[in-house]
Amino acid sequence: MRAFAALYRELDASTASSAKQAALQAYLRAAAPIDAAWAVYFLAGGKPRQLVPSKLLRELAREAAGLPEWLFDESYEAVGDLAETIALLLPAPAAPLERSLSDWLADHLLPLRGLPPEELSARLRQQWNELPAADRFVHLKLITGAFRVGVSKLQVTQALAAVSGVDAKQVAQRLMGYTRVGALPQAADFSALVAPGGDVALSGQPFPFFLAHPFNQPLAAFDALLGPPADWLIEWKWDGIRAQWVQRGGEVSVWSRGEELVSESFPELLALRLPDGTVLDGELLVSREGQIKTFSELQKRLGRKALGPKLLRDLPVVLCAYDLLESQGIDRRAEPQHERRARLEALLATHPQPGLQLSPLLCGDSWADLAVQREQARALGVEGLMLKQRGAAYGVGRTKNVGTWWKWKLDPLSVDAVLIYAQRGHGRRASLYSDYTFAAWNGPPDDPARQLVPFAKAYSGLTDAEMRQVDAIIRKTTLESFGPVRSVTPTLVFELGFEGIARSPRHKSGVALRFPRMLRWRQDKPVAEADELSSLLALLPGPSP
Amino acid sequence: MTPDLIVARPEGLYCPPGDFYIDPWRQVARAVITHGHSDHARPGHGSYLAQRDGEGILRRRLGADIALQTLAYGEVVEHHGVKLSLHPAGHVLGSAQVRLEHGGRVWVASGDYKLESDGTCAPFEPVRCDTFITESTFGLPIYRWPTQAALFAEINAWWRANAEAGRASVLFAYAFGKAQRLLHGVDASIGPIVTHGAVEPLNQVYRAAGVALPPTFTVSDPLLDKSALGRSLVVAPPSAAGTPWLKRFGPHSDAFASGWMLMRGKRRRRGVDRGFVMSDHADWPGLQRAVAATGAERVFVTHGSVAVMVRWLEEQGLQAQGFKTEYGDEDDAVAEAPTEPVAEPLADAAA
Repeated sequence: MRAFAALYRELDASTASSAKQAALQAYLRAAAPIDAAWAVYFLAGGKPRQLVPSKLLRELAREAAGLPEWLFDESYEAVGDLAETIALLLPAPAAPLERSLSDWLADHLLPLRGLPPEELSARLRQQWNELPAADRFVHLKLITGAFRVGVSKLQVTQALAAVSGVDAKQVAQRLMGYTRVGALPQAADFSALVAPGGDVALSGQPFPFFLAHPFNQPLAAFDALLGPPADWLIEWKWDGIRAQWVQRGGEVSVWSRGEELVSESFPELLALRLPDGTVLDGELLVSREGQIKTFSELQKRLGRKALGPKLLRDLPVVLCAYDLLESQGIDRRAEPQHERRARLEALLATHPQPGLQLSPLLCGDSWADLAVQREQARALGVEGLMLKQRGAAYGVGRTKNVGTWWKWKLDPLSVDAVLIYAQRGHGRRASLYSDYTFAAWNGPPDDPARQLVPFAKAYSGLTDAEMRQVDAIIRKTTLESFGPVRSVTPTLVFELGFEGIARSPRHKSGVALRFPRMLRWRQDKPVAEADELSSLLALLPGPSP
Repeated sequence: MTPDLIVARPEGLYCPPGDFYIDPWRQVARAVITHGHSDHARPGHGSYLAQRDGEGILRRRLGADIALQTLAYGEVVEHHGVKLSLHPAGHVLGSAQVRLEHGGRVWVASGDYKLESDGTCAPFEPVRCDTFITESTFGLPIYRWPTQAALFAEINAWWRANAEAGRASVLFAYAFGKAQRLLHGVDASIGPIVTHGAVEPLNQVYRAAGVALPPTFTVSDPLLDKSALGRSLVVAPPSAAGTPWLKRFGPHSDAFASGWMLMRGKRRRRGVDRGFVMSDHADWPGLQRAVAATGAERVFVTHGSVAVMVRWLEEQGLQAQGFKTEYGDEDDAVAEAPTEPVAEPLADAAA
C-alpha cells in the first residue's frame, strides 16, 4: 500500500491539476492491475459498505492511543476527520509490514464487515500493529470512506485514457457503474477499463450523463448569446431525480445520476416495457392523479428498506422522459437533439403506459415571452427552464464541445437570517467554525418578548476569507459550548438563498428549506432588522403539498 | 499558605516580592523577557532583563537604546530578595525559562519552549521547581513532531526535486527563529539560497552569535547568479506570499513550515504545495516530558490548549490551573498565525 499512500499524499499536497494528472498516470502505469483496479474504485468515488461501526473504531483507537475519552474527543474536534485523528494518535507500529492495496482490501479490510465486536477489535489491533505509520491515514480512509483528496472522476477518466490510449469518452462509458456500492473490482475489471479497441456489448449499463451548465445572463443578452428561441428545445427543469432507464436483453435497470443502480427502489419503473435496446434519460417524479408533486414528496420514497403498498399507492413515481440515448440497440447520442426528441415522441406515442411521461416542450416567440412562462416555475414545483440546443449531440458530463444544455433557473428565494449556533467543519474546513444554524424572529420588532427561532443550517457560500472573519467573530462572541456546538451572541446577519420551502413537523420552526446557502454577509444589517418567521411562512406553497 | 511567587495581572505575569513582570503585554517599569518574538517582547517598558544571546534581536526590534540588562544562562541576580536566573528554553536564539527563588520556593516560567535541539540556540534544559508555568500551544496528543533528521530529509528531497525540474523552491517560515533553523538544517549543496529582506537581518544576528548558517543572497545581490534561480531555495516570511517580490523567481513550488502543517485541513487551507511540520514549540510528548522533568507539583498553563492541559495534568495527579495571557490567543483561532511575530516589514519589497 506504500505506493498508493504515496499517491494519496501527492494528490493531497498538490494544488495543480497537471501535477495531479502526472501522479495519477505514474501510479496507474506502475501498479499491478489488481491494485490499480482498487485505486480507480476509490479515487473515482467508490465507497464500500461500512466495514467497522464508527463508534467501535473510535473506541479501539482511543484504547490503542491510551487516551481518556474526553481527550480523544478534543483531538477529533480539532482535526475534524476521524481517519486523520486516529492516524495522528496511534502509537508507532511494533512490526510494520508492507502489503499491497488489494491485499489489504481483499484479505484484511473487506472481511471485517459484520464480524462480532471482539473479533473485529482483535483484528484491527493486529492490523495497526503491522501498519507502517506512513500508510495509516490511507488505511483508515479505506475504512471510513470519504476520500476527499481533490481528484474528480473526470481526472481519473483522463488519466486512464492517457495511460491506455483509449478515448476518454470510451473510458467514461466503461467506468459507468464501476464505483457502485458493493463492487469488488478485480484485475480483469481494470484491464477492461484500459483495453485497446472498441467496446463489447453493453449489458445493463447506462451512458455517462450529459450535464447542463447554469445560465445567469440578463434577458437583454439572450438574443445575442443564444440566437432565437427557435434554435432551442425548451422544457421545464424538473425538480426530481435524474435517471437513465435501460432495457436490454429483456432486463430493465434504472440508474441514478450518481451511477447507482436504483431499480429496486422503483418497482413501477421496472414494470415499464419498451422494445429491447432502449435507453431513456429523464427525471423520476412523484405524480398522483396526473399531478407532479414536490421533491419533498419524492424524498419520502428514498432510503426506504421496505416499500409497502400504501407508500407505492400514495407516492407513485413516474419517469418523465426527455431524451432517447439508444433505440433499436443503436447508440443515438451523436444524433442532433431534435432528432432524438422526434424518436422519443414517436416511441412513447406507440407505447403509452401510466408510469412513463414525456417532458413537454415549451413554445415562445421571444425570450421575453419565455421569461414570463418561467415565472410560473415555482408554482408548478419546477426549478426553471432547460434550454437544449437543437443540434446538440448528447455529450459526456459537463462538456460543451458537441452542443450545450443550459439550465435557466429561477432566482433563489431569500431571507435575512441571524447566525445563532456554529459548529466546526470537516476536511478542508476542519477546526474552522464553518457550519452555521440560522434563526428568524418570531414576532415584530415592537414585541419585546420576541425570540430568534432556528430554521435552517447552511455551510456554503462564504469565501475562505469571509469564513475566517466569521470564525474569529464566533470565537469572540461565544455564549456556551455544548459538545462541538457553540451558541453565540447574535451579531451576524446573512442573506440565505434557498430553492424551496415546505412544512415540516420535525423542525422547531415548522418549515424546512431546500438547499439553503449563504448568498451574502449582510454586514450592513443589524440583527433587529433580520426577517421574521412570518415572512418565511408566506413563501410556503398552497395548503396541500 | 505562602502567597504565590507569580500572579496574573492585567499587565502580565507579575512577581509581587520582586516587583517585576515577565513578558508583560502592557507597559511596565521592569520587564523580564523570555525571548524576542513580538508577543513576548513588547516595546515601551522602563527596563528590560533578558538572556545575553537575545540582545541583538531585542535591540533591533525594540530600539537600540532600550534599558537592557543581560544575563548568561545560569547567572543569578537578586532583586528585592528574589533570586532570578535564566535557563535555555530551546525556542529561538536567546530564549530562556525564568527561574525565581524566594522564601525557599522555586518557580519557573517557561516562556515558549521546545525540547529537541536544533543547533541554532542553546538546547532546552529542565529546571527543578515547585511550580512550573508552561505554554500549551500544541497541547493536544495529535501533535507529535517528526525528528529533526526526518524533517530535513523531507525538505531537502522537495528542494532537490524542484531543482532538478528547474523551478525555485519558496519556503515560507517566520523570519526570526524558524528561518534560521531551516537555513542551518538544509543541504546547502543543492543550490543557492535566497532570503527575503525581512529574514536577512536576523541571519546576521544569528551569525554574529556564532550560529553556523550557509551563505545566503538577497535577490538584488550582484553576486547572485540569476541563471541559477531555478535551483534556488527562497526563504521568506509568510506575509511575502502573493506579493510581487516572488515574481522574480519565475515558476516555483511553495511550502510552509509550521507545526500546524501536521493537520491536513490547515495545510490545504494554506494553499501551498507542501506543508512541513516544523515548530519551535514543544509537541504533546514534549510538553509532558518537560512538566515531569521539573518535578513540579503545581503547574500553571498559559496560551494554547489551556483547558485540555489543565484537565490532563489534574488527571495525572498534579495541581493545575490556567493563566490568562495575551500571548497569541487562547484558542486555535490563531492557528493561521501562531504565537510568533507576524513577520518583519517588507524591507526588500521595493528593492
